[in-house]
Amino acid sequence: MRTFRNIKKKQIESRHMLFILSAVCVLAIFFSLVFNINGGPLKTIAGYVFVPMQQGINNTGAWIFDKANDFRTLSDVLKENEELQAQVDELQKLLTDSKLSQYELENLRELLALDEKYPSYEKVAASVIAKDSGNWFSTFTINRGSEDGIEAGMNVIAGSGLVGIVTDVGPNYAKVRSIIDDSSNVSAMIATTGDNFNVSGNLQSMNESMVISFSGLKDEDDQVKVGDPVVTSYVSDQYQQGILIGYISSIEKNSNNLTKTGTITPVVDFEHLEDVLVITKLKETGE
Amino acid sequence: MLRKIVLFIIISICFVLQTTTFQFFSFANISPNLLIIVVSAFGFMRGKREGMYIGFFCGLLMDIFFGHYLGVYALLYMYVGYINGFFQKRFYPEDIKLPLVLIGGSDLLVNLFIYIFMFLFRSRFDFGYYLLAIIIPELVYTMVITIFLYFILLKVNQKLEAYEKRRSIKFDL
Repeated sequence: MRTFRNIKKKQIESRHMLFILSAVCVLAIFFSLVFNINGGPLKTIAGYVFVPMQQGINNTGAWIFDKANDFRTLSDVLKENEELQAQVDELQKLLTDSKLSQYELENLRELLALDEKYPSYEKVAASVIAKDSGNWFSTFTINRGSEDGIEAGMNVIAGSGLVGIVTDVGPNYAKVRSIIDDSSNVSAMIATTGDNFNVSGNLQSMNESMVISFSGLKDEDDQVKVGDPVVTSYVSDQYQQGILIGYISSIEKNSNNLTKTGTITPVVDFEHLEDVLVITKLKETGE
Repeated sequence: MLRKIVLFIIISICFVLQTTTFQFFSFANISPNLLIIVVSAFGFMRGKREGMYIGFFCGLLMDIFFGHYLGVYALLYMYVGYINGFFQKRFYPEDIKLPLVLIGGSDLLVNLFIYIFMFLFRSRFDFGYYLLAIIIPELVYTMVITIFLYFILLKVNQKLEAYEKRRSIKFDL
């Protein structure tokens, strides 16, 4: 019986199987390109199997990382500690009072500013559970999915600025493409002058100097300066209007003398992204 | 059956570790590619068929969670597993040189393909930069991890093969 089964199994040769599976892959790529169908039930299964594992490991991993970091800095800190202790004592009394009041002030200011910036958006809090396994793209998954009301196309923010956009949802997770991803494009504008232009993620500039690039800025009167805030534009069909992206860090005139390109420093710290907010309102495109 | 379960566990562990813990321990934003080690190692240890299936499964996982289009990584990893299967005849467990070369070569191949199809086609022409900043560091990091992971995979495979042999003898009696 067993030998018979073995013979039967060998009838599909591995190169034929390779051919069949290749065809399946090509079809899948075609379907997700043309009809935007991505997995369907596969996502559900994968989500329920892997998301809990990732979440568990993630918590442990974060803990170990923290401990390792503590250990590394411990010896340095001990040395410094002695020297500084004397100074600290003197200054502490003076500092405590003023610091406390300033902290309170800053917090209140920040809250006020944030509330004014994004007044009407309903948000869902989520945490990052896994990051792209390769080194080429900056996508990650969060622990909220269609069961929590997340849909593809929703904007993701963290603290004070734009993180990215939900590109795909499973039942209990969602895939987010960050704005620093090499294939990301955002319609943006300068908050002060209202000039529209395009912000695109760039792996190279992000790796080298933690900036992303922009292009197509029309600025004939040279009004835009380094340090100007950049927000999402009202013309974008994907992003809600007025979410802070970052600040201009360099501007260059193009050879055609009409438009400018340059770089933007994002406000969000993508290296240490843990908690994000998903805006549960989709951009209305008037279709 | 046992082999399938064990393989599923190995792939799960590697995938979960790669997407979580190793992202914390990445050097200069580079993390190693554990899945390519698994795909390549089982390819040359077990042959084309198993390499192909494992590659397909690993690629599919990456597609579902991180891919732009479903099927791209599945296709790529499947061929990596299949090609590694050709070296099964030259594979000796004690010798780590061939595994290192094959796993390194697989990692290089995958990244070159990703660069060509997902970066070059979007007119990112600075290949030198991507080679030095992404491809080579990932290669080195992956090779370092290979030295540890390969022996674990080898032991697991040997245990599995011994178990399968015992079972088939039992059946024949």
